Amino acid sequence: MTLAARRGRVGRFGTGLLWYWLIPVTAVVWEVSTRQLEAVYFPPPSVIVVRLHEMWFSGPLSQAFLTDEALDDLVPSLTRLFVGWAAAAAAGVVVGLMLGRSARLAALVEPLLHFGRSVPPSTLLPVFLLLFKIGTPMQVASIVYGVIWPVLINSMDGARYVDRQYIETGTVFRVSTTQRILRIILPAAAPKIFAGLRLSVSLALIMMVVSELVGSSEGIGHRLLEAQSEFDIPAMWAGIVLLGVLGIVLNSAFIAVERVVLSWHHQSRKAASDL
Amino acid sequence: MTPSRYRRGILGACGVLGFLVLVELAGRVGLIDPGLLPYVSDVLVAAAGLPFEEKFLIDVLATLEACALGLLIALVTAVPAGLLLGTVPMVERSVRPLVEFLRPIPSVSLIPLAMFLFPASQDAKTALVAYTCAWPLLINTMYGLADVDPLAKETLRSFGFGPLAVVLRVNLPSAAPFIATGIRIAVSVTLIVAVSVELIAAGDGGLGTFISLAGGANRVDRMLAATVWAGFIGLAVNLLFTMGERRVFRWHQARAGVAG
Repeated sequence: MTLAARRGRVGRFGTGLLWYWLIPVTAVVWEVSTRQLEAVYFPPPSVIVVRLHEMWFSGPLSQAFLTDEALDDLVPSLTRLFVGWAAAAAAGVVVGLMLGRSARLAALVEPLLHFGRSVPPSTLLPVFLLLFKIGTPMQVASIVYGVIWPVLINSMDGARYVDRQYIETGTVFRVSTTQRILRIILPAAAPKIFAGLRLSVSLALIMMVVSELVGSSEGIGHRLLEAQSEFDIPAMWAGIVLLGVLGIVLNSAFIAVERVVLSWHHQSRKAASDL
Repeated sequence: MTPSRYRRGILGACGVLGFLVLVELAGRVGLIDPGLLPYVSDVLVAAAGLPFEEKFLIDVLATLEACALGLLIALVTAVPAGLLLGTVPMVERSVRPLVEFLRPIPSVSLIPLAMFLFPASQDAKTALVAYTCAWPLLINTMYGLADVDPLAKETLRSFGFGPLAVVLRVNLPSAAPFIATGIRIAVSVTLIVAVSVELIAAGDGGLGTFISLAGGANRVDRMLAATVWAGFIGLAVNLLFTMGERRVFRWHQARAGVAG
């Protein structure tokens, strides 16, 4: 890369950052106006950040600055989130690919799928609560049910519309079935699968919070409800902010992974449009 | 290669029937503990009886009312806001990071706050549904405006139309399909949010309240029956909005080259 190009890049990054001016301005306006109005339910951001730090991030160095409370709240929440999401993603992709490659099988289960996807997952929370009692299995079940549909349906769509030339080329070269699935169908369906997975990340966070609000004795959602019942407004806001940050982090992490995994796809599309 | 429509219908019906029979058999044989989950036939009988119960109908209407009102509030606030913010490129670029920053906050984390601000559960529900719907509507309106054909704008301008007329005649119609997609996305989460609020802040009735009350009485058959209806309602709403979108915006799909 030439120096000029690099300088241009840095410059663009700088002006890109400039467009974020509204975020600090909003924070300052919020701080000033809430201090002026002394709104009970809307504490100033500085108070929230201090409470957030004191509650969860003022721990010793040996625990990566996490407090014991943070370990008790965050670890179970995040574990459930990842276990539930990973299980739903794996099952959704496998079943979706199978259904996408067999028109008959797809026709057989399609009405059931559309019905299952239409049931708002929160209506099943009381049922899961009764079946699994309060605790991790109930929350994981809720997350899996809430998250699996977009992954499954997108994988099915992706696998259904694979370019016939790819499959036929594979047949000509006598590619084995596993090779065909892993090397041809999965990559061809990957953009669609990732679209479903991206939707499912934010859904998983929603289901994690709701399931903890409804039936849990620990976790971020439970801490939120506890703060609410104790009228500890800054702690409640600290929970909201933490969940917001978690949403942003998960989203950006997912987009970064998607960019790496699908880089070949973007490149090939770019090459095709350059021609 | 693909089965005909008629055959697909038959296969689908077989799939549903087969699923019901299998689960029923699993219950009868004892694979599924009948003390834990009732027989499918019992659930279906309970589901068939629910529309004749006044209490159930009132609860369903309470939920749907909150969803509809919340969506309406979001429509009349977020779409004009999106038009305003999206039309001026400078404003759009400044607001976009803030929007992208606020959007990932899961709306359900605001349930405890909404319970403080709105003591009546029905209001809290409506407010939270409106909040949830506002984001996809705002974002889709803003991004839809970025897609406006500059030639059409210039054409209208050269014919002497004012800025407002250009917005209403070019920007709004060309953003409309994106707004419709926003509505479809919003609708799919309204029920989830409304029922969640009902489960946590019970009070003014609703589908969630009905289900948790049935749970308290240990009537799993009635809980599942209400869930079946929730599924049908969700299916009907999805179908309504997807079909409506396809009908109203046939011209857009034709232009975008989407196979109908």
